[in-house]
Amino acid sequence: MADAEALLEPLIPALRRYAYALVRNHDAADDLVQDTLERALSRWTLRRPDGDLRAWLFTILRNLHVSAERQRQRRGPHLDLDTTSPPGAAATQEAGLEMQDVLAALDQLPEEQKSLLLLVGVEDLSYDDAARVLGVPPGTVMSRLSRGRQRLRSILETGRATLLRRVK
Amino acid sequence: MTGNEFPISEDDLQAFVDDRLDDTRRAALQTHLVAHPELADRIAAERRHRALLRGQLEAKFAEPVPARLRVANLRAARRGSRIVSMRSIAAALTIFVVGAMAGWFANSMTPASRAPAPTTSVAQSATAAFRTFVVEVAHPVEVGVQQEAHLLQWLSKRLGRKLAAPDLQPFGYRLMGGRLLPGGSGAAAQLMYDDASGRRLTIYVRAADGTETAFRFQQEGEAATFAWIDQGFGFAVTAVATREELLPIAEAVYRGFEGKS
Repeated sequence: MADAEALLEPLIPALRRYAYALVRNHDAADDLVQDTLERALSRWTLRRPDGDLRAWLFTILRNLHVSAERQRQRRGPHLDLDTTSPPGAAATQEAGLEMQDVLAALDQLPEEQKSLLLLVGVEDLSYDDAARVLGVPPGTVMSRLSRGRQRLRSILETGRATLLRRVK
Repeated sequence: MTGNEFPISEDDLQAFVDDRLDDTRRAALQTHLVAHPELADRIAAERRHRALLRGQLEAKFAEPVPARLRVANLRAARRGSRIVSMRSIAAALTIFVVGAMAGWFANSMTPASRAPAPTTSVAQSATAAFRTFVVEVAHPVEVGVQQEAHLLQWLSKRLGRKLAAPDLQPFGYRLMGGRLLPGGSGAAAQLMYDDASGRRLTIYVRAADGTETAFRFQQEGEAATFAWIDQGFGFAVTAVATREELLPIAEAVYRGFEGKS
């Protein structure tokens, strides 16, 4: 159990990044990461020693997120009064706007494609590990990735995402 | 088209976007893209969006980790939370009452006039109970696995049948605990398991008419259930899984109960 701290701590920034991209709210993202870490600690002895720890943590985080979303949908739409703010990037305003578009456009994708684009494109998970996190056969990852990226591109090109973002 | 290039697949294109192609393959693909400007535009856009997304999230990655997420602090909090407070007992009780009522209503909503087959009715009650408690984060079970002996003794007494918790470790599922529910004319027991990634599975048992039936499979939304009747009791195994994944587990549960009735 002593090694849990040494193994988990270096992975927390990546978990926070993935969680933030999923929920787009800093506090909610950290709540999600906290739940993930608590679950990982309570299941520490059950993790597969041969498996990739990062992939295991992403799997826990995603499952928690998906079941929380499902629960929220069952309870009806939840209107968040806190506006989500972009992370304090020291980018120029112009670059900031363009980047904001990609994250906003990503929000328009179904969760599965969104997660895949994040896990592969940002977190650098192997295609096999990404398949494991999503619980799909490795063969379907590539086609979903391809569909997700094409959809993201069409959202960005038609500017639909920008429009939706503005009226939110 | 040069004619002698090797075929370029969509998988290659994605691996190129992710910079995961080996040198030969990448060179071949770049040649291909020169010949197909429309495709080249698409791939360039996908690479650009990927880079922009990474850039956007870089600041989040670089942020210092807040104190509440430090592993040492989380473990300290975990030790503290083992002392069960009166507040959480009250919360557990409230959730149980609400859940029991939900189960009761779900049960009474099935039309009595149509009198569904006993296995169908067991499967339906099991699915309703699964839906109610599997999303529960704070208090998924009434009695936890720490008090396994007490739990099984209690459920056995209320059920009027010796109840053992089948070992599902070979399938990666570990017992979390269980609870008592209203079921048909008597009591029903629900045992909850989860796997390393937090996926949950329930075993539902209650008295039911009938002697013995084959497995009945039922899919309701994402929840899949195998139910059967054996010697006056109905059993159901429910999880978010495919029929193929669930069948061996249901068989193991069936074998587990068969010898212990």
